[in-house]
Amino acid sequence: MDNLQYIFSFNIVLTTLRFAIPLTLAAVGATICERSGIINLGVEGMMLVGAFGGVLGTHLTGSPWLGVLFSIFCGGLIALLHAVLSIRYKTNQTVSGVGINILSVGLTVVLTRVVWGTDGISGSVTQLSTMSIPLLRNIPVLGALFEDQSPFLYLTLIIVFAAWFFMYRTKAGLRLRAIGDHPRAAATVGINVRVYRYVAVVVCGMLCGMAGAYLSIVQNNLFVNNMVAGRGFIALAANIFGGWNPLGSFLASLLFAFAQALRINLSLPIPDQFVQMVPYALTLLVLIGVGRKVKAPEASGELID
Amino acid sequence: MKRTAKPQLPALAERLIYSLAAVVLSLLLATIVMLIAGYDPLKAFGAMLNGAFGSANAVANTLSKSIPLMFTGFAFAVASKGGVFNIGGEGQLYLAALASAVTALALDGLPRAVVLTASILAGMAAGGAVGALIGAIKAKLRINEVIVAIMVNYIVSLFASYMVNGPLKAANSMTAQSEAISSTYLFATVIPRSQLTTALYLGIAFAVLIFFLFRSTRLGFNIRAVGENAKAAASAGISIAATTIGVMALSGMLAGLAGVTEVLGKYGRFIDGFSPGFGFTGIAVAVLGSNNPFGILLTSLLFGALEAGSMKMSYVANVSTNMVMVIQGLVILFVATPEIVSQFVRRKGGKRNG
Repeated sequence: MDNLQYIFSFNIVLTTLRFAIPLTLAAVGATICERSGIINLGVEGMMLVGAFGGVLGTHLTGSPWLGVLFSIFCGGLIALLHAVLSIRYKTNQTVSGVGINILSVGLTVVLTRVVWGTDGISGSVTQLSTMSIPLLRNIPVLGALFEDQSPFLYLTLIIVFAAWFFMYRTKAGLRLRAIGDHPRAAATVGINVRVYRYVAVVVCGMLCGMAGAYLSIVQNNLFVNNMVAGRGFIALAANIFGGWNPLGSFLASLLFAFAQALRINLSLPIPDQFVQMVPYALTLLVLIGVGRKVKAPEASGELID
Repeated sequence: MKRTAKPQLPALAERLIYSLAAVVLSLLLATIVMLIAGYDPLKAFGAMLNGAFGSANAVANTLSKSIPLMFTGFAFAVASKGGVFNIGGEGQLYLAALASAVTALALDGLPRAVVLTASILAGMAAGGAVGALIGAIKAKLRINEVIVAIMVNYIVSLFASYMVNGPLKAANSMTAQSEAISSTYLFATVIPRSQLTTALYLGIAFAVLIFFLFRSTRLGFNIRAVGENAKAAASAGISIAATTIGVMALSGMLAGLAGVTEVLGKYGRFIDGFSPGFGFTGIAVAVLGSNNPFGILLTSLLFGALEAGSMKMSYVANVSTNMVMVIQGLVILFVATPEIVSQFVRRKGGKRNG
């Protein structure tokens, strides 16, 4: 009965939203990046660098908001590396993503030891505080959405909508999608493919950085070795499951987060590992064409000279 | 996925210089990181060398750490020759490790040769099956293998994790692991009290086998033909689908051996989460070894030495053991970016001439 009560309580909505925040940010980032035709397997590493950057920035300045800005900067910087390698040097994008993931695990731990002298765990820093919105917080039931929530919740919702609006309601968004499908044609009509791709990859890194900061200085107050723990790959899966669309990425992240919320809060009769498989299994099914068919950008990974 | 244009580096010697340059560049960058962080790079690398080669036991440790990497390296290289990017080594080796542990435990009591052989074969079959599945999805449904393999990695390793947390969990054990396999059925140690086992010889034997596979067999020729130009291969009567599935089965078996040799060599049981990413590091090993089996033996030795030396580096020079991952990550990025490395090589060469 406890399980049933939980499922029908508003708590599960809040928990799901909280788990969905980092997944959504990174998944929307991956959507923007992959829509430009650049494959990004480095999402995991970019989140990790963001998580570290958030803690370091907060440690150095004392302000968690500056920490968030620094995490966005760090995420953008490591993404710029992926962009330069993929676009300027035509490095195999999959290999570059793998390299960035390994480099990020190494670098964040090495630097943690440099700054805090400890291996694999940083000192604690100020957490980003929660906020309540006056008036709205007094609405019955729904008021909980505006009471003691992380600012990241609202930022994430704004980013999802902005990314969707950009991609489907602006000329630049149309061009970005065109580049991902037909880069040569886009170049022929005078679109600067390189610039769009650089921006798309770096924006993806910035969003991943934010996602990482959520894990390190919103949900926690420190950096721990490899604390992203596969969420980057779940975000990639959400991007695919959502059909390379910002809204789809958000909905998929919600679905995967819901599974996670059930896993953590319920005593399910199914073994934990099978619940953990949900994002990967669903994505695999969608990929092989069971149910709804999703379509990758046609020119994924294709470079033009 | 579009192939990047390969630079003109035909001779083996040139490829060796090129890989060396990528390593040197990575070490240089790591040195810069250490200097900025206020460490003593000479002390750090000195300690690392000492930890990797300073004594018989250190060498044994280096060789032992190189074993799983050579197998995942072979796995990536073989798939790569057939035009498949096998990023699924991790899942393949986990299922293989589980299968070999289960087999060895089930056959307990039978003669050593029977159990060891059956256990190795079971592991190869399990790894091969995971590989073949990914190959089949690529060949039959025309779906990019990379994302499929990543999803399969997670599904398979979570399944293995479930097995040793549940039905196969050792009695009275705090950690998620299978029962211990009787030491009779494990690979023999080469140097007493070290983790170096005769699995090393298996690795060397497979390097030779792979070399001959591509040098003088029909199958090897077909794999290369499909990898280099699938359309031409198809018009020459080679089945692309069969070759893709076959090469991924083969690749999965090789990745599987990384799991098998860890279980039957190092741990004597299946331990949940035992692989620190051998499947991914294998990609670096293969790319750095330019997909040549003997090149891979060398690069796995290099990566094994980095791993083995990292502990000593950590307590002598106070640098985190994860510096090794920084170096490995840089090596991958450099070796995958021919243009930067050849600029570096040319500049160095130019200086020497001038």
